[in-house]
Amino acid sequence: MSSAPFWLRRLASLVAVLVALSVIVFVIFNVIPGGDPALRLAGRHPTPQLIADIRHDWGLDKPIWTQYLDMMDRLLIKHNLISYQNQTAVLPAIGRAIPKTLSLAIGAGVIWLGLGVLFGVLSGLNQGKWVDRILTVLAMGGISTPIFWLGAVLLYLLTFRWHSFFLFSWIPAGGYVPLTSSPLQWAEHLVLPWICLSVVSMGFYSRVVRSSLLEVLSADYVRTARAMGLSRRRVLLRHALRTALIPLTSLFALDFGAAVGGTVILIEPVFGINGVGAYAQQAVTQLDLPPLMALTLYGGFFIVIVNAIADLCLTRLDPRIVVA
Amino acid sequence: MSVQAPDLPIVDGGGGVSPGVAGAAVGSWRAAWQRLRRNRAAMAAGVVFVLIVLWCGPIAPLWVHFVSHRGPNVQNLMGTISSGGRRTSVVSASGAPIGPGLRGAYLLGADSNGRDLFVRVLYGGRTSLTVGIASALICTLLALLLALPAGYYGGKVDRGVSALLDLIWSFPVYLLAVAISATLIVGGLDIGPIHISSSSLLIPIFVIAVVFIPYVARPIRGEVLALREREFVEAAIAHGAGPPRVMLREILPNVAATTLVMFTLIIANNILVEAALSFLGVGVSVLTPSWGNIIQEGYATIVTAPWQTIAPGIAIMLTAISLNVLGDGLRDALDPHGSGRTGGR
Repeated sequence: MSSAPFWLRRLASLVAVLVALSVIVFVIFNVIPGGDPALRLAGRHPTPQLIADIRHDWGLDKPIWTQYLDMMDRLLIKHNLISYQNQTAVLPAIGRAIPKTLSLAIGAGVIWLGLGVLFGVLSGLNQGKWVDRILTVLAMGGISTPIFWLGAVLLYLLTFRWHSFFLFSWIPAGGYVPLTSSPLQWAEHLVLPWICLSVVSMGFYSRVVRSSLLEVLSADYVRTARAMGLSRRRVLLRHALRTALIPLTSLFALDFGAAVGGTVILIEPVFGINGVGAYAQQAVTQLDLPPLMALTLYGGFFIVIVNAIADLCLTRLDPRIVVA
Repeated sequence: MSVQAPDLPIVDGGGGVSPGVAGAAVGSWRAAWQRLRRNRAAMAAGVVFVLIVLWCGPIAPLWVHFVSHRGPNVQNLMGTISSGGRRTSVVSASGAPIGPGLRGAYLLGADSNGRDLFVRVLYGGRTSLTVGIASALICTLLALLLALPAGYYGGKVDRGVSALLDLIWSFPVYLLAVAISATLIVGGLDIGPIHISSSSLLIPIFVIAVVFIPYVARPIRGEVLALREREFVEAAIAHGAGPPRVMLREILPNVAATTLVMFTLIIANNILVEAALSFLGVGVSVLTPSWGNIIQEGYATIVTAPWQTIAPGIAIMLTAISLNVLGDGLRDALDPHGSGRTGGR
């Protein structure tokens, strides 16, 4: 196995993880003891007929591994997973929702990465001064904020209570406009959601960048560069930042994957964006398990793939890292 | 995180409980405590957190008994109270409850059912803090249980444990927690003689604990891996200590500092996660108030009753900020050279 090329080994382990994910999802939804699985799948208001249908459809009296293969079949091959609450197909619904979620997540990702690094650098360069103190307070506040609450409160304050104030009057009270129909409105509708989704990560990243920068700035090779006469800025940009950004790559991969896969569930319902998160939230309130099953698997897949890409980038950034 | 007292010739890692150097063990913790005391922000944060726990804990029923005369679930849709000399309805005809004011009852105003919001926030704090701390305890214990053998034995044990941790961590946290909670809430949990009803607090506690095990276990495992190569471990093994003894008496005290820091930070994290799960409807059931489900109930009526949503959120932020600042301060005090800083997640 170790003689196979790197990418082949990587692919094999990727597939193994994805299979394991699907087994876990299956175990969660079908196997946890405590009540009738048919009752579970039927959701909040089951009728006897519905329960009987589910039993028949899902073959709940067959052996477990048959049920598992059946579930994978529905998900991957036949694409006919149906929500029993509203009798709609699950996979096309997810497909329609993904572009909206990507708009939200990518925009927020750019913001939290850019501003997080910026604030972290500002903090690190001015350690101990008031800039650092203020930014630290903001970062701590950011990490400690419940983002769904922030969204609700911001919406209330900026689009209702203080709506007449000129700075806020342009902010729409939720909803989504596709990029293709009006870029300006698309952005206007997404500004508040972007801010809410970024707040926690921005705080966290600025702290990570700050401590990483401080560590690097006191390292020997940096002192050498400075002693050689390189300007502070040049030293910073060429050497310190590059090293400090390495832990950030894996962090960003994790966070972005988590955002698209699941954290959006806290933002989209609040702002009325019909993305994957809103779909997940509806499924949760109705205790509708087939969509949740598909969404959990989709989220897991996404994270694993994004992390694999990040690992590849890491090997480029720092040749010393060998990702086995 | 090992602080070496400069005058002691034997270096055993500071917190290790090896025979003959107990002085170094006590010395490093005391030195850390003194460093913590000098960190004013962290001390203030600690005080704030203790105050919050006191208010939500023993002081809450005293407040109800002596000041507000209304518990967290006492509705009062039709009632009136005298505020500023006038009698006003607790909940006006249009559904808007009174706001905060300097009075004994309804200090933060009422919610849309006429319940005393301040009292609800206090009792909600009980639930949220219980869930947060209990899940943090369980999470940390399970993480230690996995990380110690993984780091110590290495090889297959480590590969197995790491694969398990990676697998759990591959799921988006909220979706995994939501999935398990939703499943458990529909039917409760029945394993043999154990039966947990769907509205039990144990469900959010266990779900949140399990989902964050990788977050706590990974840093600890890293430290154990490093510590395993140290001389005092070799010495213990040469003395004939078996693996359990080495893990418990040599390695565990040395990872105690990292564990403590992670524990503090994970409480804050878990409180936020509980709020999110309750907001989604799969956290604490609305029979018991918690900060998250108060927000969830208030969210629909945020226009007429904004404080019902705003107040618990502020409580959550205060608690989380104080724990995060305290955790940061602990980390600085226990590890002043900052060697484990950037691999936090």
